[in-house]
Amino acid sequence: MTNLELQRQANEVRKGIVTAVHSAKAGHPGGSLSAADVFTYLYFEEMNIDPKNPDKEDRDRFVLSKGHTAPGLYSTLANRGYFPVEDLKTLRKLGSYLQGHPCIHIPGVDMSSGSLGQGISAAVGMALGGKMSDKSFRVYTLLGDGEIQEGQVWEAAMFAGHRKLDNLCVIVDNNGLQIDGKIEDVCSPYPIDKKFEAFNFHVINCDAHDFDALRAAFNEAKATKGQPTAIIVKSVKGKGVSFMENNAGWHGKAPNDEEYAIAMADLEKIGAALQ
Amino acid sequence: MMRSMQSQWLILRRSVQLSSKLKLKKGMVNKMADVKKIATRESYGNALKDLAEEFPNLVVLDADLAEATKTGIFKKAYPDRHIDCGIAECNMVGVAAGLSLVGKIPFVSSFAMFAAGRAFEQVRNSVGYPHLNVKIGATHAGITVGEDGATHQCNEDLALMRTIPGMVVMCPSDDIEAKAAVRAALEYDGPVYIRFGRAAVPVINDKPDYKFEIGKGTVVREGKDVTIVATGICVDSALGAAELLAADGIDAEVINICTIKPLDEELILASAKKTGKVVTVEEHSVIGGLGSAVCDCLSEKLPTPVKKLGMQDIFGESGSAAALVEKYGLDAKGVAASVKAFV
Repeated sequence: MTNLELQRQANEVRKGIVTAVHSAKAGHPGGSLSAADVFTYLYFEEMNIDPKNPDKEDRDRFVLSKGHTAPGLYSTLANRGYFPVEDLKTLRKLGSYLQGHPCIHIPGVDMSSGSLGQGISAAVGMALGGKMSDKSFRVYTLLGDGEIQEGQVWEAAMFAGHRKLDNLCVIVDNNGLQIDGKIEDVCSPYPIDKKFEAFNFHVINCDAHDFDALRAAFNEAKATKGQPTAIIVKSVKGKGVSFMENNAGWHGKAPNDEEYAIAMADLEKIGAALQ
Repeated sequence: MMRSMQSQWLILRRSVQLSSKLKLKKGMVNKMADVKKIATRESYGNALKDLAEEFPNLVVLDADLAEATKTGIFKKAYPDRHIDCGIAECNMVGVAAGLSLVGKIPFVSSFAMFAAGRAFEQVRNSVGYPHLNVKIGATHAGITVGEDGATHQCNEDLALMRTIPGMVVMCPSDDIEAKAAVRAALEYDGPVYIRFGRAAVPVINDKPDYKFEIGKGTVVREGKDVTIVATGICVDSALGAAELLAADGIDAEVINICTIKPLDEELILASAKKTGKVVTVEEHSVIGGLGSAVCDCLSEKLPTPVKKLGMQDIFGESGSAAALVEKYGLDAKGVAASVKAFV
């Protein structure tokens, strides 16, 4: 896909996120929007996957370790053809398969997640299993920058570095905000890059919203042998929706009808500029 | 004091004899029934090794305790299929979840305190909720951990694991049952927790008609006056207690429940109907374990007086396994006294 096509696609993913959260009257739009370009790049460009055959054995795997941003993953999967985009409106509703946090029974979801710090370990296990069986699939996992305050993340990182899992790519969505405020005010995880380096990762810093940078980073990760890669993507929480951008208040809150209209107008405007 | 010192010495002497026997017998794996006493953790390590060829996808994870959990036996034979995760149990459980999602059958090992305790939430959310094919082999459960004391004596694991939907929970009573449970876990598709002990225990299931099935209990002694339902190492105590009670004219039925979940309700209900009184015995807290499982069943389906023996809402302490079992009334004499007072 060209960058323009990816940008258009990411904008559709963002509309799906806002629509799903608005319909659910609950959920996590901020971190879903900050990661929308990463989700789009992974599912529309990077990963070896087949929406018609979600469980094919040699597929690349993705674990959403920051599971609360399920709306971002669901919107991407729906737009990629795993299930109808219309179903996004059933998010979090009783009887819907679109649970509040990722559930393994949803088409395209490789692992249940949501309790922070746990997804990365499952991704590490998948990567290790692939190595043990001489399989060529790659494993991707997306973490929040607040999530890396969890100790288990560093247990997993130490293990992945020790085992030289070069089929593993860890992405940290560095939007700088968590529920209680700025990550450096709550309990600073900085410097994130140096921490992963110390755990024997190859580390790449990149702009989360620049598809050239994402392309270069993921290609570099694939070319890296003998150690896992961590891509620290600098992002804007709430990206694309004017009143949500860089506002911790939109971590886990749904827009009301009026706010939803503004959000969709923002995204329509961005979409028009991409035509 | 004198007596407890003596019994400690006897145990020490027995274990020395046992280990020298083990060293002598190279083909010991198939001759376990000949050996008088063996710890179920040792049975676990042997079973993993023995089943490795038959289950090529079996991999074993440990958290720096391979020597103690006895997964070291497997490691020695299959080093490429043994994954030491270091002292990081929460990550280990997650790694096992990931391995199961790419076709492996992981057996995760640590002490019960850490496998079921520290990593409880990982077991719940990363294994139980997605219902993955992960097996947890937890050793050093209960007070028979002995000298290490309360921090390492997990009397809560059965309770914790029972609450996870879809989790099979087993607690084998001896070498034969422990090995059968490991095989059954590998043949079963889904999460399984098996509890093993540190201390050597007598082999009690060496019978020609012995069969093992997940969810099936066994009447190991028939009786009519009271039902003693026991699990793990307490089955031996219950059998011993039944002999002592017989001398006092009390005819006790003894049921061995290896699978705490799903519980063999049919067997327990039939026995309770016959005897009208039930005593449960476990090396575990009386809150949430076998006793609670039996009460859950009886209170709904056949209200019956029940006496729960086990750790009475207290922590353990340091001491030899035998001394602790005696102090907390879980040896044959203690169980017999409690049953006698109850009936």
